[in-house]
Amino acid sequence: MLLEAPSTHSHWTPLLGRLGFDALPTEPIVMVTFAGVALGGIALVAALTYFKLWGYLWKEWFTSVDHKKIGVMYMVLGLVMFLRGFADALMIRSQQALAFGGSDGYLNSHHFDQVFTAHGVIMIFFVAMPFVTGLMNYVVPLQIGARDVSFPFLNNFSFWMTVGGAVLVMASLFIGEFARTGWLAYPPLSGLAYSPDVGVDYYIWSLQVAGVGTTLSGVNLIATILKLRAPGMTLMRMPVFTWTALVTNVLIVAAFPVLTVVLALLGLDRTFHTDFFTNDFGGSAMLYVNLIWIWGHPEVYILVLPVFGVFSEVTATFCSKRLFGYTSMVYATLVIGILSYLVWLHHFFTMGSGASVNSFFGITTMVISIPTGAKLFNWLFTMYRGRIRFELPMMWTIAFMLTFTIGGMTGVMMAVPAADFVLHNSVFLIAHFHNVIIGGVVFGVFAAINYWWPKAFGFKLNVFWGKVQFWCWVVGFWLAFTPLYMLGLMGVTRRMRVFDHSFDDLRIYYIVAMLGALLIAAGIGAMLLQFAISIWKREEYKDVSGDPWDGRTLEWATSSPPPEYNFAFTPIVHDLDAFADMKKAGVPRPTSGFADIHMPRGTWAGVVLAGLATGIGFALIWQVWWAAIAGFAVLVATAIFHTFNYDRSYHIHAAHIAQVEDQRTAQLAALSKEGAAA
Amino acid sequence: MSTPKTPLNKSGDDLVASYYDLHEHAHPDGYSTNLGFWIYLMSDCLIFAMLFATFGVLGGNYAGGEGPKTLFNLPLVALNTSMLLFSSITYGFSMIAMQSGKKNATLIWLFVTLLFGLAFLTIELTEFHELIESGNGPQRSAFLSSFFTLVGTHGLHVTFGSIWLVTLMVQVGRFGLTAANQRRLQCLSLFWHFLDVVWIGVFTFVYLMGTLR
Repeated sequence: MLLEAPSTHSHWTPLLGRLGFDALPTEPIVMVTFAGVALGGIALVAALTYFKLWGYLWKEWFTSVDHKKIGVMYMVLGLVMFLRGFADALMIRSQQALAFGGSDGYLNSHHFDQVFTAHGVIMIFFVAMPFVTGLMNYVVPLQIGARDVSFPFLNNFSFWMTVGGAVLVMASLFIGEFARTGWLAYPPLSGLAYSPDVGVDYYIWSLQVAGVGTTLSGVNLIATILKLRAPGMTLMRMPVFTWTALVTNVLIVAAFPVLTVVLALLGLDRTFHTDFFTNDFGGSAMLYVNLIWIWGHPEVYILVLPVFGVFSEVTATFCSKRLFGYTSMVYATLVIGILSYLVWLHHFFTMGSGASVNSFFGITTMVISIPTGAKLFNWLFTMYRGRIRFELPMMWTIAFMLTFTIGGMTGVMMAVPAADFVLHNSVFLIAHFHNVIIGGVVFGVFAAINYWWPKAFGFKLNVFWGKVQFWCWVVGFWLAFTPLYMLGLMGVTRRMRVFDHSFDDLRIYYIVAMLGALLIAAGIGAMLLQFAISIWKREEYKDVSGDPWDGRTLEWATSSPPPEYNFAFTPIVHDLDAFADMKKAGVPRPTSGFADIHMPRGTWAGVVLAGLATGIGFALIWQVWWAAIAGFAVLVATAIFHTFNYDRSYHIHAAHIAQVEDQRTAQLAALSKEGAAA
Repeated sequence: MSTPKTPLNKSGDDLVASYYDLHEHAHPDGYSTNLGFWIYLMSDCLIFAMLFATFGVLGGNYAGGEGPKTLFNLPLVALNTSMLLFSSITYGFSMIAMQSGKKNATLIWLFVTLLFGLAFLTIELTEFHELIESGNGPQRSAFLSSFFTLVGTHGLHVTFGSIWLVTLMVQVGRFGLTAANQRRLQCLSLFWHFLDVVWIGVFTFVYLMGTLR
């Protein structure tokens, strides 16, 4: 009885569910994009086949359990999705700049509503999350002197689940449609009655598939940090980035299950006609709003805490001194982590919970600015009397400090419930959260990419194009969002598609914002150029030392890129900033006496299981029940089959390690000879 | 774990030895497994916490339909509870047998645990079937939606626990009580007892207090 088709869909068939030819795109913009993506995809597949790269990719990357390769793959995923998410942003900005004075713009409401929903969903879940997860994956094991994460297979699986979610979002562009509800899909709008199509189902299942990956990756990194630190690295000797990663992953494990539940309940409402969030039969839409923000608020700290860690590492390194107030930095991180669970209601003061409840959440929100402010002062005091080197990561850090502080202050403004009643749902809010997410997370990711790229690939990034990117972004950001702050104060609401004549005076603001977005687009172009030129000239930018910035933490103690086993001998930690301590003590690098190293083996299981999960998600979206059930049975069977493989590790032989390390010894000797000659 | 803070006044080989672990012993397999599984269980616990909270909010919204007092069959639920509690005891017996290396006894107790688990599921499905047949399915009211989801999620967990249990029985039967298999049995043990604890919450909060409502 439960498996009948919903009555709203007349064309449900047992074989294909809701799928039919009408699911294919009909709007010209989407059709052209579809054709472009399809041709590009065919070209890519053809090129990979022609150059016989499939075997290499499968063996060395897709099935790899090496945390460094998985970290790089997360970054690539984030970058690809960033281009998609930014294309959505340009569409929003241009539509809003055009649709004045009686013009309807070029996007109809059906399309525009999907665009702003997809923009939010993609930027948070498939750009920001992969970026920070990728950074943590790459850097944390190196910083704690470990050889890999605690559960290497799980790590691979988590990555592919995130990819699976991204694939579903991308599929919605061409097969069916995406949600038209805004990025958090509030009911009753997202319920069956008002969103009968597949859009919200795409939303639910892409986030469910990716969410499993995120939760498991959180479990993995917590265990890694708690169990695999090098001898001597007590908790209070951990690098700040590792500390922020620890707190972030605790937040992930304590927040993502909430998202899983609330999306599952919405899915039950939509698929099986239950009454959790419906208007009738006792449902409560506000329960959804509460639950999703109990996940949603910690989520913003999940994104921003790791980049606080990045800025801490960058500031200490490029000021050539120990971070000011390490202990207070750690406690500030912990306090932010705890407080992030006590503020969720500030996202809907207008719900009408009454003055006492609103005051409580307003005050807790303002309190968060105290530990955050402490962090800012710590960075400033680290810079004070430091020997500051204005390399790209440091430039991003300074831009962050200026930009993020203003974003934080507009946040405190909205934490006043009375003010929020005016600003709620206005473009002031849009400006605020872009101010903290771009000024915080995005700038932090750029700082991190410029900082750790030489570690990951063995050569530095081009500085000129990095600076072009920097100035385009910083100026572009302010150009794009200052007008929104002003419009928001005037009361303009978010998600507007067309503006009638009464708005004519305000058009200039949207045009300026559009110009800002174009400048940011130029910044993205400069970044891609920076990558391309740096890869092209990689011999010129080569760094043999493994320590191009005079780093302070253990990831700089090994070669760039690090060997698969990370460290030939595990370092012993005596102090905070372990590598700076080693350099000060003049510890020579051990060059003999290598022993076998025990390492995890790559496996096909992560790709296959995540691929099946994605297929099941697709079947559930289109209600192809037989495929979902069969897919699930195969998934369980495959997982069980995988558990029969007990042989999951191997030894790298000492002889091989000696070979790799001898090569590095020779390189370093040549380098010091060059240095002496110069 | 604790090492002296100031760098030792050493040179050459001594310095290397105090900064590098030259005679490293790799972490044994499954070194992090217990901790990792605990953390996973806590995330699962949060899923149940949310479902309990949802039931707490919506559990009184009968939408003009029947409430717990007329719908719940307490003696049947009490019997069901005892099935799950007994299964926890027998799982414990199996773990004791495992500790003393008795493969057959371990397998027998695992099988008994499975029977209790299946009995629990059968009774639960009977209860669900009766409710749905009498027109009190999950679509009837928000109360019943949240009831079916909370209890059903627990039931799904028991189902997966049972599949896992059968898998482990096969693996223990084929490969013996190896270190890897002992670790797996330990994880399932945590999972199984965790489901027991959640059920005690369900029995108290949903059934007993619901009937008092």
